[in-house]
Amino acid sequence: MKKFEIISKKQLAANVHEYVVYAPMVAKHCLAGQFIILRTDENGERVPFTICDYSRADGTVSILVQEVGYTTLKLSHMNVGDCLADFVGPLGNATDLSKYKNVCLVGGGIGTAVIFPQAKQLYSDKISVDVIVGARNESLLMYVDEFKANCDNLYLVTDDGSNGNKGYVTDILKKLVSDGKKYDCVFAVGPLPMMKAVCALTKELGIDTVVSMNSMMVDGTGMCGCCRLTVGGDTKYACIDGPEFDGHLVDFDEAILRSKTYKEQEQAHLCNLRREYGQD
Amino acid sequence: MVRTERHAMPTQSASERKNNFDEVALGYTDELAKAEADRCLNCKNAPCMSGCPVGVHIPDFIAKVREGDVSGAAKILKADNNLAAVCGRVCPQENQCEKYCVRREKLGGSVAIGNLERYVADFAHENDLISFDVATPIGKRVAVVGSGPAGLSCSADLARAGVDVTIFEALHEAGGVLVYGIPEFRLPKSLVKKEIDGVKSLGVKIETDVVVGKSVFVEELLEEYDAVFIASGAGVPMFMHIKGENLNGVYSANEYLTRVNLMKAYKADSVTPIRRAKRTVVVGAGNVAMDAARTALRLGSEVTLVYRRSRAEMPARAEEIEHAEQEGVKFDLLVNPVEILGDENGNVKGARLIRMQLGEPDASGRRRPVEIKGSEFEIECDQIIVALGTTPNPIIKKSFPSLETSKKGTIVADENGKTNVDKLYAGGDAMTGAATVILAMGAGKRSAKAILDEFAKDSAK
Repeated sequence: MKKFEIISKKQLAANVHEYVVYAPMVAKHCLAGQFIILRTDENGERVPFTICDYSRADGTVSILVQEVGYTTLKLSHMNVGDCLADFVGPLGNATDLSKYKNVCLVGGGIGTAVIFPQAKQLYSDKISVDVIVGARNESLLMYVDEFKANCDNLYLVTDDGSNGNKGYVTDILKKLVSDGKKYDCVFAVGPLPMMKAVCALTKELGIDTVVSMNSMMVDGTGMCGCCRLTVGGDTKYACIDGPEFDGHLVDFDEAILRSKTYKEQEQAHLCNLRREYGQD
Repeated sequence: MVRTERHAMPTQSASERKNNFDEVALGYTDELAKAEADRCLNCKNAPCMSGCPVGVHIPDFIAKVREGDVSGAAKILKADNNLAAVCGRVCPQENQCEKYCVRREKLGGSVAIGNLERYVADFAHENDLISFDVATPIGKRVAVVGSGPAGLSCSADLARAGVDVTIFEALHEAGGVLVYGIPEFRLPKSLVKKEIDGVKSLGVKIETDVVVGKSVFVEELLEEYDAVFIASGAGVPMFMHIKGENLNGVYSANEYLTRVNLMKAYKADSVTPIRRAKRTVVVGAGNVAMDAARTALRLGSEVTLVYRRSRAEMPARAEEIEHAEQEGVKFDLLVNPVEILGDENGNVKGARLIRMQLGEPDASGRRRPVEIKGSEFEIECDQIIVALGTTPNPIIKKSFPSLETSKKGTIVADENGKTNVDKLYAGGDAMTGAATVILAMGAGKRSAKAILDEFAKDSAK
C-alpha cells in the first residue's frame, strides 16, 4: 500500500463519507479523541479531521467527511486507490472519560463520528453509556446499528422529525434527566450552536460536560495560534491544549464568530471548485 | 591602507518592490563582487572569522573571488556552510563577521561579506556546483527532529562524515522557518529548495508529516538510532493578553506568515485564505515584525508598526528597519496597545493604545517602558498582527518528561547540545528560545561534531 492511500470509501449519509486511509505512523499511536490534518494535493489547504476509528494491525485510520467546503468537496471526488498528499497526526490529546460512571454521549451531525469510539470504549469497559444522536433529517443519521451494539440506550432525533422523532438533542437530554436519569458526564460533539445549547442545559442541570472543538488550524502543533479560543477566561489552543475542553468554560459565542473568519473567501473557493466539477 | 567605500547591494526600488513578492535584493554583478572582494585586506589573523558561528574561512573565499575563481570560492565557502545562499541573505552580518572587519567605519565600511557570500553561493547553485565529498558509511544512524536551519546543518555535517541521517519534519514541506517564516521577498523559496536538495544529495532522508512526540516518540527514536538531535524550533506565539485579542483579524505573526509563505496565500489561486486588510497594525519591532509588516504592505494594506520602546531598542536588523520604512511602513514608537476593538460580527475595527516613556534600565539592560497616564488614544484598523516572540513548544517535553527543560520550557543542554538524556542532543530555538538562523546552524554544527566525537570514542573502545 502507498503512503496515505485511500483504502476504502463508504457513504454513511447524504454528503457524508467515511474514508479509511493507510497511515501506519498515525495508526500506531492514535487514540480516540485525537485528530489528523490532511491536504488533498500539493496545492491543498491544511484541514483537521477527528479520528473516528483506526486499526493498528492494518495501519489504517478512519475519518468522516461531510461535504461542506472546498477541501471536503475535493475529497468527495477522490476514490479508493487515490493518495492524499499529506495526512499527519495523531494531533491533540486523547479523550479521557475514565473518571465517570454514568455517561451520556451527545452527537450532532458529523460530530457523531467523534462520539462513536467513546461509546465503544465505555461500553466495553462496562461503564453505563447512553447515546443521543441528532441530525437535520433522517438521511443524515449515522452509525445507528453500530451504536445499538455499543451502548445501553440509543435516542435518535431529527430537526424535521423525518425519523418520527422531531426535536433537538437538548430536548431528549432534558427529558431523560427529568425522567430520573442520573448522568455524571455529558460528552457533546457537534456544530458549535449545538454544543453551546447542550452546555447551557447541563450547566443548569449541574452535569460535567466535555466538548470537542473543531477549530480552524494551520500547522496543528501549536505554532500559529489560529485555533485559539477562550476557556474560563484564558486563551487556549485547540491543537495542543485540546481539542476537548470543559464545555461550561468555553466561550462559544467567540468560537462561533471565529469560525466565520474566512466565510467569504471560502465561499468563493468553493464556487470555483464547483464550477470546475461542473456542479454549479 | 586606503579608504574605499563599501559597494551597496543593488535592490528593487522601494516603490516597485512594495507591490510584489520578488526578492528585494538583486545580488552583486561579477564586477561589483570583484570590486568588493578587492576591498578585503586579507588580514592574517582573520578577525571576521571570530564572528562567524559556523567558522567560514572568510578571507580565503574572498581571495578566490578576487582572483576570479568563483568555483574555488564556492568550494571554500561550502566546506563550512551548508546553507550559504540562505546565510548570505538572512544573517545579521553587521553583528557577526562584518562587525570584526578591520575596515569598519574608518576605512569605508566593513567588507560586505554577506553580499559576497550570497554572490558565491548563487553562482554555485546556478552552475550546479553543490556536490560535496561524502565519507564512506561509518555504520551509524542519527535521527534529526526538525528540518529548519539547525536540523539541516547538523544533518549535512553528519552525512558528510558518513552517517546515515533521517530528518523528521512536522509540516508537509522541509525547511522550517526558512519556508514558513521568512518571506519570499527576502528569501526565495526556490532557493531554499535548492539548498535542501543539496543536503538531500548527501544522502539525508527527510520524512515530512511526522510530529515527533505524537507520530513517533523520542524513546522510539532513541531505541532505533545511535543518536537523536532535536531542533524542533521556536514554538507557541505569544499574545498580549489584552481584551479583544481573539477577534477576527488578529493574527500571530507566525500564523500570518505561515499562511502567506508556506501556504502561498499571497497567490491568487491559493486555497488557503488570508484577509486582505486595508489598515494593519503590527505590534513588535523584531525581524519577524518587519517581515509581517512588509508582507501586509505587499498584500495591499497600509501598515503602522507600534513598539513600546524607542527606535534605539528595536531588535530588528537595521537593514530590515530601513527597508520597511522605505517601502512605506509607518512607525509609531513608544506606544503600546491596551485593547483591541471589534464590531458586532467579531471583526477588528480598531485599537486603543497608550503612549510610553522610557524609565530606568530593566533586567535586559534596556530602559524600561512606562505608561504615560492619560495618554490613551484610538486608531482605526481592520487587522492586527502580533509579533512578540514565542514560548517553547510543549509537545516533545509532554511526551518525554524525563528530558530536562528550563523554567521557560527550553531544552537544557551543554555547549555541544548534549542534554541530560544519553545519546540525545538539542539545538536551535528549541534550546535557546527564538534566535537567528545562523546561531541555529552553528548549534547544529556543534552537535554534529559532538555526535561524531562520541561515535569515534565508541569505535575506539
